[in-house]
Amino acid sequence: MHVPDGFLDAPTSIATGVVAVAGVAVALRGARKELDDRTAPLAGLVATFVFAAQMINFPVAGGTSGHLLGGVLAAVLAGPWTAVLCISVVLLVQSLLMADGGVTALGTNITLMGLVGVAAGWLVFKGLVAVLPRTRASVPPAAALAALVSVPAAALAFTVLFAIGGTAPVETGTVLTAMVAWHVVIGIGEAVITALVVGAVVASRPDLVHGARHLSSAEHLEIRKAVA
Amino acid sequence: MGAGHGHRLFFHGHSPIHGAPAHLKLVALVVFMLLVVATPHRWWMAFGGFLLVLLTVIAVSRVPPLHIVRRMVVEVPFVLFAVLMPFISTGPRVEVLGVSVSEPGLVAAGVFLAKATLGVMASLTLASTTEPVDLLRGLRTLRMPDQIVQIMSFMIRYLDVVTDELRRMVVGMRSRGCDPRSPRHWPALARTLGALFIRSYERGERVHLAMLSRGYDGTMPETSPR
Repeated sequence: MHVPDGFLDAPTSIATGVVAVAGVAVALRGARKELDDRTAPLAGLVATFVFAAQMINFPVAGGTSGHLLGGVLAAVLAGPWTAVLCISVVLLVQSLLMADGGVTALGTNITLMGLVGVAAGWLVFKGLVAVLPRTRASVPPAAALAALVSVPAAALAFTVLFAIGGTAPVETGTVLTAMVAWHVVIGIGEAVITALVVGAVVASRPDLVHGARHLSSAEHLEIRKAVA
Repeated sequence: MGAGHGHRLFFHGHSPIHGAPAHLKLVALVVFMLLVVATPHRWWMAFGGFLLVLLTVIAVSRVPPLHIVRRMVVEVPFVLFAVLMPFISTGPRVEVLGVSVSEPGLVAAGVFLAKATLGVMASLTLASTTEPVDLLRGLRTLRMPDQIVQIMSFMIRYLDVVTDELRRMVVGMRSRGCDPRSPRHWPALARTLGALFIRSYERGERVHLAMLSRGYDGTMPETSPR
């Protein structure tokens, strides 16, 4: 999923770089609202968590494996703006310190996984939460579907970029079929793990789950008479 | 446990490349890679020239070539894709070893491999010769927003702590007969990741409180270079 150097031409790389800078700038303002002056330490630790969670590979098909992208997971747990920042910083660290993902493709990677992935997932999540019953039990399934959509959405965005600035003469239809089909499979793994992790956190610390925050106000402390 | 000096790609040394200001190295890397990416197809000589420049820099940095070569495995998935490219590309076909492949696809695969390899080598050279602290200082010099630099510095600082925590948890899972990779045990894995998230988040809160008690006001104090 990490686009390397030379996969897209220079104009496309620069254009996505501009998009990424703009997106991260907007996310910085949004994250201040989510976390106030705790932004740096909390987003930093959440980014570290996303990086650690990405280390676990799951088998996809034919002996290959995929790993968690974590965009929707971070968005549901910590809030969408914080998630954009976390994914962007993870990608920055991976490209600069681990040579994973090209330096000139950093803007592309942030745009695809940070912006498109998180935005698509978060919209689906918000939509579902609005429709589903207002209980904690509906948070993990909403997160699952959001995660399922976010991965092929990023793959779709990649296909568009490849059609504009791809450096290989492969037909767009072929790329689209391969990318989307493959990433639906990865998306299913992403969905299951995201739902299970969100479920586990909701069960023990629901107050930490940003995506379940709208529920806590609905719950009132009530004093009941003890029966006998 | 315990964070070592530098990160896993860093190679300790005292060469001019190690000593060069990090912001210059970052600018050099990005400019170099933009040149590489913008180089048109079939300019094979140019790629030879880029490789020569890179090999010279690596030689001057006195990082053992094996250190770089061994870490180039991150490129493997893309090599596999490059091998596929001539088969799925369009355009006039040519025979290679008795197999019909797309000629422009073959060229594109070669160019892509050259560019991606140069990219991985160049990034590895930067990572092998620059300590994270210097990299962060370099990013700040280049006017990277302070919040991003702070988030990145927290990530680098706690990377070993959190990944070691996860590693211990996975060892615990395995010793109880659990295979974290198998979908059958995903519920157990998810509870582990959930616990890891809560621990990371709470650590973030504690770090924030500790910083507040030391006078943190949203900006990091300037630390003097070594």
